[in-house]
Amino acid sequence: MLRIRSLEAGYGNLKVLRRVSIHVSPGEIVTIIGANGAGKTTLLLTIAGLLRAQVGEILFDKQDIGRHAPETIALLGCALVPEGRQLFAPMTVRENLQLGAYVQIRRGRAHEVESDLGRVFDLFPRLRERASQLAGTLSGGEQQMLAIARALMARPKLIMMDEPSMGLAPLVVKDIFGIIRRLGSEGHTVLLVEQNAKAALRIANRGYVLENGRILLEENAEDLLANRDVQRAYLGRDLDSETELDGKRR
Amino acid sequence: MSLALLFQYLVAGITYGTIYAIVAIGFNIIYNATGIINFAQGEFVMLGGMIGVTLRALLPMPVAIAGAVIATMLVGALIEMLFIRWLRRPSVLRLIIITIGLSIAIRELALLLWGEGVRALPYFTGTAVTSLSVGDVHISPQVLWVLGISAVMVAALNFFFARTLLGRQMRACACNREAAQLCGISAKNMVTLSFVLSAGIGALAGCVISPITYVQYDSGSSLALKGFTVAILGGLGNSMAAVAAGLLLGTLESFSIWVMPAAYKDVIAISILLLILFVRPSGLFGNAEAARLKDY
Repeated sequence: MLRIRSLEAGYGNLKVLRRVSIHVSPGEIVTIIGANGAGKTTLLLTIAGLLRAQVGEILFDKQDIGRHAPETIALLGCALVPEGRQLFAPMTVRENLQLGAYVQIRRGRAHEVESDLGRVFDLFPRLRERASQLAGTLSGGEQQMLAIARALMARPKLIMMDEPSMGLAPLVVKDIFGIIRRLGSEGHTVLLVEQNAKAALRIANRGYVLENGRILLEENAEDLLANRDVQRAYLGRDLDSETELDGKRR
Repeated sequence: MSLALLFQYLVAGITYGTIYAIVAIGFNIIYNATGIINFAQGEFVMLGGMIGVTLRALLPMPVAIAGAVIATMLVGALIEMLFIRWLRRPSVLRLIIITIGLSIAIRELALLLWGEGVRALPYFTGTAVTSLSVGDVHISPQVLWVLGISAVMVAALNFFFARTLLGRQMRACACNREAAQLCGISAKNMVTLSFVLSAGIGALAGCVISPITYVQYDSGSSLALKGFTVAILGGLGNSMAAVAAGLLLGTLESFSIWVMPAAYKDVIAISILLLILFVRPSGLFGNAEAARLKDY
């Protein structure tokens, strides 16, 4: 589905990504974990075409999209749920979703949009209730749901999500991860970038560790969860106190 | 002053105010798409009038006007594609200076093409001396044409932005360019479209107003100044507020003749512009927060 080889990218003269190689197979949930500033967002923005790949190639469906415009990449079926949601705030929920379906119209599948809207509303009943409300007036969790729903309206082959849990209450975070897991089980291919590494690894099949713009590690999600270095660096807890804490909670 | 005279001034004010509002909406459409002020906006109005008058010599009036609008739209598209589209991440200042340069270039080209002569389309119905009388107030039928066509334009634009897919795409680009691109919308095409649209409404305004105000190679600059004042007064980017602000400026100008010589009419617009920029730069109807949420 997606294969990236020795990608280098960044902002102007500032090179953020250094020889990054990753791949995502159809039906997989792949997560990229890493500290702030490791280059996770830069990687997704480069795949989506909002940043230019300086070196290396990005193959999407065996096609090099490294020099494509973002709207072309979206049309090819690669969707990004951007960091901070980036909704069309002064427009209604329904209008946001209809704009999400714009690539479907470009593909000549305008007739499917209405039924897709129904499907998305089934997945997010809260959005159906608020269909004619302005996107900017939704709560944080609802906004994140709308951002995911907007991306789904494009019927993407690959859906990339940048920090979907950022700034949300713990209960809402749980909902969001539940939705991502459900998308995965329905056969969607997901590339997930998260600071909440533990939750991300729990729902993912595979994970990469990105540090200072380089891929350090690639393993199955369970192996990464069990990896002591990863636990110490990204799961934010000490191993010895772990059992104790868990014991107390129970 | 008699009541009839008061109404007479009011009608004149509303007529000019409507045209200012249309020019301001032209500013707003491009501002929302690009974040820049297109200082060649007044030239679109002038071109519309000039081309309309030229075509009128050969064609019936409605066809001449349609031709003028389409030709000016093409000019708008050409300007965007030649001077703006291919720039990579241009600064706002650079874009604004480009539009100032273009406005001067268009004005000089118009001088070469049409000379210094003052022209006008004939009155759409009747002649310069025809008037409809309501009591003691006399209204030229052309005033009704200006008001009517402007109202239709505003309504059509509202419909376009609120209901059509293309209009929604433009709004999406205005409020979040990158998110719009992620939805598969070509932001560059939307910018071109904004120039086309604003050239078109400018040109139409130029045609309907020309029997009253006449048109000359340099008549765009004063209209641009008024339109810009109105756009700022209403709050940049907000077209409905521009209509209110346009009527306000038009009426103020019109009544200013009461207290000072007509030659000082332009002082009103410039004073209001300075005052609003000092005191309330987000406009009468805008607030800083709403100004960041760009919408048409």
